[in-house]
Order: sequence, then C-alpha cells, then structure tokens
Amino acid sequence: MTATVQIGNVTKHYGRIAAVTDVSFELGEGEMVALIGHNGAGKTTLMKLMLGLIRPTGGSILVLGDNPAAGQFAGRRHLGYLPENVSFDAALTGRETQTFYARLKRERVAKALQLLDAVGLGAAASRRVGTYSKGMRQRLGLAQALIGRPQVLLLDEPTTGLDPELRQTFYEVIQRLAAEGTTVLLSSHALTELEERAGRVIIMHRGIKVADGSIESLRKLARLPTRIRLKVAGLAPGEVPSWLPASAPRRRLNGHIVEIDAAPEQKIELLRCATASGTALEDLDIVPPNLDELYAHFLRRSEAKP
Amino acid sequence: MNVIIVASKEIQQAIRNRWVLAATLLLAALALSLAFLGSAPTGTVGVRALDVVIVSLSSLTIFLVPLIALLISHDAIVGDMERGTMLLLLSYPLARWQVLLGKFLGHLVVLAFATSLGYGLAAAALVASGSRIDSDSLAAFAAMIGSSVMLGAVFVAIGYLVSALVRDRGTAAGISIGLWLLLVLIYDMALLGLLALDQGRNISATALGVMLLFNPTDVYRLFNLTGFANVSTFAGMAGVAQSTSLSIQVLLLALTLWTLVPLSLAALAFSRREL
Repeated sequence: MTATVQIGNVTKHYGRIAAVTDVSFELGEGEMVALIGHNGAGKTTLMKLMLGLIRPTGGSILVLGDNPAAGQFAGRRHLGYLPENVSFDAALTGRETQTFYARLKRERVAKALQLLDAVGLGAAASRRVGTYSKGMRQRLGLAQALIGRPQVLLLDEPTTGLDPELRQTFYEVIQRLAAEGTTVLLSSHALTELEERAGRVIIMHRGIKVADGSIESLRKLARLPTRIRLKVAGLAPGEVPSWLPASAPRRRLNGHIVEIDAAPEQKIELLRCATASGTALEDLDIVPPNLDELYAHFLRRSEAKP
Repeated sequence: MNVIIVASKEIQQAIRNRWVLAATLLLAALALSLAFLGSAPTGTVGVRALDVVIVSLSSLTIFLVPLIALLISHDAIVGDMERGTMLLLLSYPLARWQVLLGKFLGHLVVLAFATSLGYGLAAAALVASGSRIDSDSLAAFAAMIGSSVMLGAVFVAIGYLVSALVRDRGTAAGISIGLWLLLVLIYDMALLGLLALDQGRNISATALGVMLLFNPTDVYRLFNLTGFANVSTFAGMAGVAQSTSLSIQVLLLALTLWTLVPLSLAALAFSRREL
C-alpha cells in the first residue's frame, strides 16, 4: 500500500487555542477513511492543513508528494476537495463554473461537464449558481471535486443537504473511485451512513486523535458489549430464563424480549447456552456495537484521561 | 496559463455583474458632457477643443477612476474569503500569486475597456461635431487614456493590498474610502497649505517634486497637465511644469512603481494569509 497522505506529529495552534495536537496518520491508496468528531474537533483543520490553506505550527505533512505548507501544489492536480458549506461565484452558471475548475486542473472540459449530468445537474447547468438551492450547490461541489479522476479526495461533510437518493449515488461513486485506488477521506456527522462503507475510522476529539482503525478493530479495542436479543416462548413477565448466568446485565424489551449485554468473551458461551436444547427460543438477534456507540465510548475514554 | 484562466473568469464575472457596463456608461456620460459643456469657453471656433477636454477630463479622472478601481478591488481577496469561494479556488493547482495576478489583469482589462471606450466616445463625438483636431491633441488625448488606465491600475493594486491585509469586507471598504480621500483630496490640500505657510523659503522645487511623486494622483495630474505643451497652457500649470524637473519618464516610472509595489506587497500578504 502506497501512502498518498502522510501526517506526522502535526500540531496547529490558533493563538493560544490548539486546534490539532500531535496528530499522526497515513492514508493509503484505495482507502476509504471516515474522519469523525464533534464540531471543533479538528477535522476541517486537518483538511485545510493537507491543502496548505493553513500552515502547521509543528510536524510534517506530505500530500501526493507535495509539502503543502511550503506552497507546493503540483500534486493538487490529482486532488479533489469539497469544503464544508461550499460556495461558488453567484454570477456564473454551473457549466461555466465547472469549465473554470476543469481548466485549472488541465482536464478535458467535455469530460468534466459530463460530471454535471452524473450528479443530476444537467438540466440546471446553464442557470446561474446564484439561483441554486443548497442541495444543488452541494452537487456542484461534488462535481468539481471529481474532475479528473482524483487520487486523493478530501470531503468535508459531503452528504449534508443531499437527498437520500443522491446520497446513495454519491457513495456508489466514491466507492467505485476507492476501488480504483483513490484515497477518500471524508468527515461526517452521519455515522450510521459511514458504518458500512468506511474501511477505517479516525476519531478526533478536541484536536487529539483518540482512535484509528477499522470498525472491527475499534470494537475489539473498545470491548463494548454485544447485545443479544432473545425471544423466548412462554416466559412470564419478570421471569428470567433459568440458563442465563446471573452476572450478565439484562433487560426486558416489549415485555417478551430479553436483551443481554454480552462482553466479547461471554458472547459465544451465552449463545451456546441460549441455543442449547430445551430453551424454547423463538428468535435471536445479535447487535454489535455500532459506530455511534464506539464514538461515544472513545470520547468518554479520552475525557476520563486527563 | 493559470493567470489567464483566472483573469478571463474575472472578466466574465464583471460583464455578468454589469460592472463593465456601469463603468463604461458612467465614464462615457461624463466625458461626453465635458466634451460639449467644456468647450463652451472656447466657443465653436475653438481650435483646441480636445485640449480643453483633456484638462477637464483628467481632473475628473482623478476623482472617479481611483474610486471605481477601489470599488472593484477592495473586495477581491477578503470578499472571496468571506464568501468561501477562495477556499475552494486555493485547493486547485495554482499559486496564490497567480490568483492575485489573474484578478489584477482581469480588473485591469475591465478598467481599460471602460476608460478607452468611454473617453474614446467623447473624442469621436468632438470629431463628429466638426471640431478640427490636430495630431498633437490626439496624442495627448491617447496619453490621457493610457495614463488613466495606469492610475486605475495603481488603485486596483492598493485595493488588493488593503483586501489582503484586513479581516473583513467592511474594514476593507472603510480603509479604501479613507485612502481615496487622503490621496485625492487631503494630500493636495495639506501640501497646498504647507506651501502657503512656507512662502517658498525652505521647500525647494525639487522637494516639491518629490512630494508630488508620493501621491499617484499628483503624478497623474502632472503627467497630463504638464506633459504636453499645448495642454499645459490651458491647464494653468505651465508655471509648475517649468519649476518641476520631473520628466515624462520619471512620472511614468512613478506610476509603474505605484502599481508594482502595492501589488507585490499584496501578493506577500496574501501568501502568508491563513484561511
């Protein structure tokens, strides 16, 4: 795996406020990475640092072979960026805007204009951007980010303002690019959306990287309980299946479902008990900790650590 | 190449926003009214109708062209930052100085177009109305259009410097108006007051010349009112013209420096800006 983005011990202070503190990571070709964190956690700052829009107080950054802090920009030809709250010159039309950006990247204009159709702006391409809705501007933002098959895509809150259908198309496009070797870094609040898609998650909290890894590895690390839901026939209210170890935390849902919080090492043992003969089990669901819960866990942990 | 791409987009926007139209119409209207009202003192037999127009029009240019130039330039950097368009533009493969130079060329083309067309119309109208115009007058008129564009360039560059330094658009507008007042009105009034007080005891002609060079509008005035013998007799500036040792070349150099220095400083300030 070749690293397209290398961040080494990067720190960024705004006056006395530390926006990012000692963050290091590498992003490889074809990786799809979710950057999550509260507002002000340092996600946008990291992206701006990668683009050279701001300079780091300390540490080193390398993006497609360029050091953006030194003003190198040759590699930006192969980089797509979608800022949070993207805006365009209101006087120009969508087509003119896309043409302008394609020229700056030295890409074929005709091909770049096809992207407008791909994001569903074909009909509005000859209208002024000033007349566009928020969602349409966001689509235009995506269209310009995709110009020229980028090798690195930095997307800051890309799906805000997109309707569910376009959201789906958007993820399809992104996943296809990632499969072809594009590094995709996207920040988002919509964690459930990212859960199935991002191969890797970086969690930021107050400028510090608190977790980094695939969702599975984060689950292992977090040791959050897996919830096992059992539907047992003929169970009186308040009654607990006799085979259940007394130590496992449990609760009743809708009267007849028993939900058990199973620690990772208990999980298999509990399932064995539940499916053993004579338990009158009607149904069984296993809910692993989702990204929301993992995120909350890592935030709590970093809060606890001074 | 990047510079040209940015410049052409800037021109496209100016056309779309009606900036080009507004500036051209304004300058044409003023030039035309001066051409016909201004020729009243010489009467219809006036042999030097165009020279009179040069005198009145260049005085007007000193007020108007810097104002137009500052209007389009004070917003160029800080405005794009506030609107958020700069963020996206700078993520593209181009250097910040290319953005600045592109904008400068674009704005300069807009100004040059408006000035040439607006003032050119006045000259054409005079010719059409039967005034005899000799080649000396035409040369002086062309020089006036050219130097008006240069004066515009100076104030576009100054506007960029302001725009690159301040945090928000309101401040940029305020400082620009202040600078306009200072350079167009206050400086000359202060200089006049100083000369009156001094009574020619301490301030030599050379010192006066240097002081005039420190204000681009004075450089422009000297260039147009004293640069051409036929014009200076009408301008009442013949005396000044003889007492200053500033040649046409020095004046043109001064205007060029007045453009290049603020523009370079603006590029420097912009390259250090974080956004």
